Amino acid sequence: MASNGIRDRAAIVGMGCTNFGEHWDLSTDDLLIESSQAAMASAGVGPDDIDAYWFGTMGSGISGLALSRALRLENKPVTRLENMCATGSEALRNACYAVASGAFDVAMAIGVEKLKDSGFSGLVSNTVPSDGTAAQATAPARFSLLGPAYAKKYGVDEAELKDVLTRIAWKNHYNGARNSRAQFRKEVSKDAIARAAPIAGMLGVFDCSGVSDGSAAAIVVRAEDAGRYTDSPLYVKGLSFVAGPARGNMDPAYDYTTFPEVVAAATDAYRQAGVTDPRAQLAMAEVHDCFTPTELVLMEDLGFAERGFGWKEVLAGTYDLEGELPVNPDGGLKAFGHPIGASGLRMMFECWLQLRGEAPEARRIKSIEAGRKLALTHNLGGHPGECVSFVSVVGYEPDA
Amino acid sequence: MTGLIRYGAYLPHHRLRRAEVAAALGERGGTGSRAVASYDEDATSMAVEAARRALRGLPEQARPQRLLFATANPPYLEKTNATVVHAALDLDPSVLAVDVNGSVRSGVGALLLAAEGQAPTLVVLSDVRTGLAGGADERDAGDAAAGFLFGPGTDDAPVIAEMVAHASATGEFLDRWRLPGTPVARVWEERFGEYAYGPLADASFTAALKSAGTTPAEVDVLIAAGTHGRAVRAFLAGAGVANVADSLASTVGNPGTAQPGLLLADVLDRAGPGQTIVLTVLADGATTFVFRTTDALAGRRAPLPVARQIAAGDDSLRYAQFLSWRGQLTREPPRRPDPVGPVAPASLRTAGYKFGFAGSRCLQCGQVHLPPVRVCISCKAVDRMESLPLADIPATVATYTIDHLAFSPSPPVVLVVVDFDGGGRFLCELTDVDPSAVRIGDRVEMTFRRVITAGGIHNYFWKARPVPGDASAASSNEES
Repeated sequence: MASNGIRDRAAIVGMGCTNFGEHWDLSTDDLLIESSQAAMASAGVGPDDIDAYWFGTMGSGISGLALSRALRLENKPVTRLENMCATGSEALRNACYAVASGAFDVAMAIGVEKLKDSGFSGLVSNTVPSDGTAAQATAPARFSLLGPAYAKKYGVDEAELKDVLTRIAWKNHYNGARNSRAQFRKEVSKDAIARAAPIAGMLGVFDCSGVSDGSAAAIVVRAEDAGRYTDSPLYVKGLSFVAGPARGNMDPAYDYTTFPEVVAAATDAYRQAGVTDPRAQLAMAEVHDCFTPTELVLMEDLGFAERGFGWKEVLAGTYDLEGELPVNPDGGLKAFGHPIGASGLRMMFECWLQLRGEAPEARRIKSIEAGRKLALTHNLGGHPGECVSFVSVVGYEPDA
Repeated sequence: MTGLIRYGAYLPHHRLRRAEVAAALGERGGTGSRAVASYDEDATSMAVEAARRALRGLPEQARPQRLLFATANPPYLEKTNATVVHAALDLDPSVLAVDVNGSVRSGVGALLLAAEGQAPTLVVLSDVRTGLAGGADERDAGDAAAGFLFGPGTDDAPVIAEMVAHASATGEFLDRWRLPGTPVARVWEERFGEYAYGPLADASFTAALKSAGTTPAEVDVLIAAGTHGRAVRAFLAGAGVANVADSLASTVGNPGTAQPGLLLADVLDRAGPGQTIVLTVLADGATTFVFRTTDALAGRRAPLPVARQIAAGDDSLRYAQFLSWRGQLTREPPRRPDPVGPVAPASLRTAGYKFGFAGSRCLQCGQVHLPPVRVCISCKAVDRMESLPLADIPATVATYTIDHLAFSPSPPVVLVVVDFDGGGRFLCELTDVDPSAVRIGDRVEMTFRRVITAGGIHNYFWKARPVPGDASAASSNEES
């Protein structure tokens, strides 16, 4: 038994991503058509060339029909899947396995979410009939539990921690302001972020990711076939997904300053990819900044900072666009928006642009020129104490 | 000897100052305050809290075999409310649990049935009083609960007060009444009630004392309860007993069905051995009890005295908030989907947890789980669990947040992660607390609440709350 990975056996040869935002004029079908058309054009393929589909959405459609009906696919295998906020990444992971196994030559991973038709400004999720004992806590409240715990454990003054969180939101808005596809395309001052209406705990409205509509898609093939489609594919180095035992909320051993599920997924993905020092080796990372404390804790869980020092690195600008290891150069969930099923593939879309040198000048990262060749995407679904997590590592060169 | 074995009273955390009411309505005056059930409490949840106190530390063999629940404001009709109390106390299924509900008199009736019962009987009196804004009921009423366990005394659980005698006088007359579904009780002209109650009260008092072979002069404390204040005062004035119990009108208000229980508990909190305590209740007639305390009382008083609960009350409640809690001020709900109620089958499957707050402990590695699970989160052993009741175990706040977005009848929601002494962690709401005062390391205890009513279903479950009053003092209230 082992998680062997498929290092350099699958490659991404085309991608597409819609604008994220409040698409009052676009249906779920419209978004799927737009992202899939863009991905196919990017790879130079048509519907007849694609053998199978992995289609991720949390709640905007049920079954493979939600995709096959929109694209009028003729009796193709379409797997509809859901894994909370890792849904889009899960579509990619499974599509990669499908081509690496040889079962199919060309597969599409596609994710979509249409959140803005609910009539509510926040996220609306389906409720399973229950005994009514689960605490009625919102997602920002669940993630804000990290704040006091982190501050206490590492002796950080809560006001100072608020500055750290504010800087994370400020950085992601700064990056999003340089991204034409992002939901929020304006820089926001630290003062405005810090003084925003309270949502939960230390979090104000600017500490929360955008609720939006959007879709993203990728075309994947076996690595040895990649050259037929593009001169600059992305090679899949590592793919890891874990679902945790939901332990933290019932075990006093958990201290709300880490996501053990993320550590597990990162360890697995790094091992598959041969990454030994992520902070030194990665050119960039797209991480699941659903709320600002999440990004702070992720810096430590993903090995981008020593335990207890993530907050200092944030303040030092380590993860800025111009920093040593740019994190969320596209604006992240914070500014790009978070249509659940599409987000994982949206992250990969930024890796696709940056590693291939196609990102707009205004947000092009410098770390690649410095010789770094790998990018990371990460998702987390659920909340502290109880979550699923995904980590991928991709690169623009196959390893020797 | 059969008699009272244990008792316990429950006062909600909040107080409404009568001057606050008067000021809000543009009037002058208002003295004292009244107890207010919080937005997440009703007669049933408060009955659970009072009953838990009455049964705390009770030997297993002295547990009740019957449960009577009396209130004039039952959360459910058709469906029994006492079964919720039964489940929250984790009583054996063989224990009969019934409501004695609807009228204020049902409280005193249930008390008598319990005191005279052959089997050990727990009786709980609880009331959340109704009334319209600016009215006398709103001003003078209060919310409270009290529980009493009667049974044959044993060495482990001896009788703390004997019921020496009782007598009733029943009369049919219109003094106070309320139609089903309406919040407002109506009353006849006050002087008529005084006229009707007078002879009934005197008759029950005289007959009970005669039956007990005692005289007013020999009564150590006389307690009088009843919703007709003027008739109660007239009775007390003519009873010939020197020592009359405080009505708690200025600190609690009149909790209707629960008033006889609350006042009796308050007296028992201080009574010495061998004292004669007389309780006369004026409610559609009159009933008088004669109790005599025993030497066993001193070591077995309620864990939290009424006086300490009064002292610990929080009188910062604003009138608008009170009206909102009572549904008399309709506030705009958050623009979120409506909350959904619990479903019946899931609630039945998890009743031991949902109502009894029992977790599970792994027999293989000792890990504690809340909710109870079949597969151990630590050692992964399957079905190697024992049930572990955690409702009475104190806990410490591990982390917390204030949720301004979550749906609540009284936002914001305070969310805490608490770690129980001896193992076990739970994420839940913290209630009866000033959100700005919460800190990591705070000590809390569990309390049974009506979390919300949705889809026509009351969702009862547990929340944490700060340990009321002075925690160290509460655990050593016994005078030596």
